[in-house]
Amino acid sequence: MRAPSAELPICFRDVTVEAHGVTILDRITLALGAGSPTVLIGPNGSGKTTFLRIAMGLTLPSAGTITWGGRENVAPVRRAIVFQHPVMLRRTAAENLRYALKVSGRIPREVHDARIAELLSLVGLSGFGDRPARRMSGGEKQRLALARALARDPVVLFLDEPSASLDPAAAKAVEDVIRAVTARNIKIIMSTHDLGSARRLAGDIIFMHHGRVVEAGAASTFFTAPQSDEAKIFISGDLLV
Amino acid sequence: MDPSVSAFQLLLTGDPALLGIVQLSLIVSMSAVGVATLVGVPIGACIALTHFPGRTTVIVVFNALMGLPPVVAGLAVFLLLSRSGPLGPLGLLFTPTAMVFAQVVLVTPIIAALTRQTIEDLWGEYRDELTAMNVGAVRRVGTLIWDGRFSLITIVLAGFGRAAAEVGAIIIVGGNIDGFTRTMTTAIALETSKGDIPLAIGLGVVLMAIVVLVNALAWAIGRAARQYAG
Repeated sequence: MRAPSAELPICFRDVTVEAHGVTILDRITLALGAGSPTVLIGPNGSGKTTFLRIAMGLTLPSAGTITWGGRENVAPVRRAIVFQHPVMLRRTAAENLRYALKVSGRIPREVHDARIAELLSLVGLSGFGDRPARRMSGGEKQRLALARALARDPVVLFLDEPSASLDPAAAKAVEDVIRAVTARNIKIIMSTHDLGSARRLAGDIIFMHHGRVVEAGAASTFFTAPQSDEAKIFISGDLLV
Repeated sequence: MDPSVSAFQLLLTGDPALLGIVQLSLIVSMSAVGVATLVGVPIGACIALTHFPGRTTVIVVFNALMGLPPVVAGLAVFLLLSRSGPLGPLGLLFTPTAMVFAQVVLVTPIIAALTRQTIEDLWGEYRDELTAMNVGAVRRVGTLIWDGRFSLITIVLAGFGRAAAEVGAIIIVGGNIDGFTRTMTTAIALETSKGDIPLAIGLGVVLMAIVVLVNALAWAIGRAARQYAG
């Protein structure tokens, strides 16, 4: 069982992000605790990616505060993120993982090889270790990015549209990895605009629109009894503008 | 005898004069490129990864210095090393060391400017990933240099090409002294003016072979990079 973490809960208090006069996140207040995956949904441009970057600590809010385990300005030692378009280092798949292991410094060097093999196996890339990472397919890169994030032994893992633009087989492979990660008690916070993916993976839902959190709560409640008109429109598949 | 036939005879028989000139040329240019790499790569990486007042001006100056005329570089080094210059007491003028110095002045801006561009582009690509991985400043620089190594090697080879082919700077600070500071390019200029065409051609062939070899090496490195790193 994982030890209690200093990373959780992640608390937003009146967090606002503005850029070039445009409000990207609008006075968001909520708390993200341990447990089942939290999925951010909403149409494109609703602020999901910025929310994840703020929660990861990559972007500073224009106003408001964010705390990790009750503290501000905590370095992302036990947090990891997989971007929508992950950038692979100019090395082999195995060397990408070794780099993350070295940087994290949490695992002795003599067991790096074993850990790399384990991570590649977890994401279904056994035998791909010697491949140049940048020449892998989109789905393979996404899974390798997941493995690289896991190499840092995170308590919280942020995923930005992890299955966007993947074919169904690749998307399923990524979702399988996400389930395996969840089973290891790693908190998943992911964004998607794919309602099917959200239904399959989410324990909690945060529904965003125009930079605001419109609804937040249990996924089962959200999908069966949405409270807001915007959520009803989005779930029905109509265009939400 | 036909001058080109004589030239190849010199090459095939390993003419000592020709070999000595080739050897000195390689030593001077390789030393200069080695020093310029040690100086230019950190300068380029530093400019790429830091922000300071006047950064744009520094970038423009380094870019402009890539086109520094060799004779101007030679003149500047000559003034530094001449008896009345600030480094005059070292007695380096008209020595191979002075030639290395002049070529370092010529090549360092090329390596620094191109390194800056390479590292800056790579940093733009890697910034989010390395920040998310909480990579410290020193490791960050090391990562960018390592991952940009194939481009950096090509840059160093370009610097070598510049050093090996130039004549203006080294003829001013080296003096083209027979058996001491005479290189391929200065010798070609001299032998041509003297009418010793076979030696000039022989040296020209060697110089061209080196240039072709350097370019082939750059191409092979690029190909290996694509295969290994994608």
